[in-house]
Amino acid sequence: MLAREEASGPAWLSVEGLASHYGRIQALRDVALTIAKGEIVSLVGANGAGKTTLLRTISGVQPASAGRIVFEGEDITTLAATARVSRGIAQVPEGRQIFGPLSVADNLRMGAYLRKDGEIAVDMDRIYALFPILAGFRARPGGSLSGGQQQMLALGRALMSRPRLLLLDEPSMGLAPVIVDQIFAAIVRLKSEGMTIFLVEQNAFAALSIADRGYALETGSVILSGNARDLLADEKVKEAYLGI
Amino acid sequence: MSQFLQFLFSGLTEGAVYAMVALGFTIIYNASDVVNFAQGEFVMLGGMVTFFANAAGIPLPLAALIAILVAVVAGLALNRFAIEPARGASVVNLIIITIGASIFIKGLAQLVFDKRFHRFPAFSGDDPIRVLDATILPQSLWVLFGACAIFSGLWLFFARTLVGKAITAVAANRLAAELVGISAKRMMALSFALSAAIGAIAGILITPISPTSVEVGTLLALKGFAGAMLGGMGNPLGAVAGGLIVGIVEKMSAGYVSTNYKDAVAFIIIILTLLVLPTGLFGKARVDRV
Ligand SMILES: Nc1ncnc2c1ncn2[C@@H]1O[C@H](COP(=O)(O)OP(=O)(O)OP(=O)(O)O)[C@@H](O)[C@H]1O
Ligand SMILES: [Mg+2]
Repeated sequence: MLAREEASGPAWLSVEGLASHYGRIQALRDVALTIAKGEIVSLVGANGAGKTTLLRTISGVQPASAGRIVFEGEDITTLAATARVSRGIAQVPEGRQIFGPLSVADNLRMGAYLRKDGEIAVDMDRIYALFPILAGFRARPGGSLSGGQQQMLALGRALMSRPRLLLLDEPSMGLAPVIVDQIFAAIVRLKSEGMTIFLVEQNAFAALSIADRGYALETGSVILSGNARDLLADEKVKEAYLGI
Repeated sequence: MSQFLQFLFSGLTEGAVYAMVALGFTIIYNASDVVNFAQGEFVMLGGMVTFFANAAGIPLPLAALIAILVAVVAGLALNRFAIEPARGASVVNLIIITIGASIFIKGLAQLVFDKRFHRFPAFSGDDPIRVLDATILPQSLWVLFGACAIFSGLWLFFARTLVGKAITAVAANRLAAELVGISAKRMMALSFALSAAIGAIAGILITPISPTSVEVGTLLALKGFAGAMLGGMGNPLGAVAGGLIVGIVEKMSAGYVSTNYKDAVAFIIIILTLLVLPTGLFGKARVDRV
């Protein structure tokens, strides 16, 4: 039943036969997946499964050693990271990766580094409206914020590029449940506004609960895929990722 | 008193040059964690290229501009052909690479130029200006104002401009910078270009006071490095303060003790800093990367 691909829109991002290596270590092998416009697709998997590597490869900060990444009909497999940002792909990296010495406002401004339009200030206010706590810390160095605030800042920074595809790498990692709820609420809200989201999580239950579809990755390969509701009910998934 | 003041003025002038070299160290160090011992060669190129271009009949301001461009090209080439390919190498290996590069630049300069000392005329004449009961050369004022202008300009650049902040972003988190679309490579190149230009300007300003030769770069790099260390590696304000202190201590020791030990001062400061104050006077300007 899981093998049946849920009828979703046409592939907007598609990854085909993707492989990636760190030196001689192969971190991804023959990965295939698709994301349709407006979907939340979740990717679950244990430590070291290759989730981060997959996102890094889609963003272009890690080279693909085989396969293709196609975004909006364009093969972006060998494009530089900068070019992918300007195509509309943004990533909130694992561990947040805030610019510690830069202020909260400058962190957000850096998110809009490639933009030339005049609406950057407007968008910044939108981020402050989405995460009001950041508004009070505009001038504080990003590195001085708490983990949860940094996660909000990292998400805000990614949104400042006006992405159309948002890649999120374990946004709940190390955060208190109440903060995780806020982050997930923000993700759901972004989807309702039309954002397409690829969500990587070890917290499989939370990730699949808000997703349309899901994939499971194990030692660099996709081992399961399907409708998120079906995955949540699947015995194998329950056992391996939900701890039930 | 008048003697003390005299030593202070010449110490400040010399120190301002070290401060500019130290700033060059700081910019590259902050952008890439590389301690660039070829920094002194940019100063050498500034003075030498200006002299030879000027001697070839090009007016001084234009000759100076050419010298800055030559130094910038040298800085970009250093980054592109020596530092970039060695990305990920250890700190010690990178230092050895920059020392090798400095020897290479010096050797090349020897082929193109000569081994003699050269100077060109001071910008505003050589009539000393009386200050209290000492005198100061107009060119010293050029050096001091030049250093002030560079420092303020850099401060504005890093604190107020998007590109300046992007360099800081790359230094703080290269991955995150790439992910927002900043090209770390380009920012590295820019910081080498900037450091080279600053070094060249220092060389141009000081040559009318202390003649230059292809050999001057090594000691200048060492003294600028001493200043940067003393101020706290990576801290621009510390670099300026450290550079000035090295210059002043050097001139005082030359004046009151013996000129024999002038060049030893920088070594002594480096060693004392390492032993007593490893983070320097002002520590590190960076906020912790959480
Ligand atoms: N920089 C690196 N150098 C060498 N090997 C790496 C590097 N980064 C990751 N790997 C290896 O690649 C594999 C996949 O790692 P990756 O970080 O993509 O996993 P992950 O699913 O994101 O894990 P986690 O849940 O712990 O974040 C692992 O075996 C890991 O050890
Ligand atoms: Mg990971």
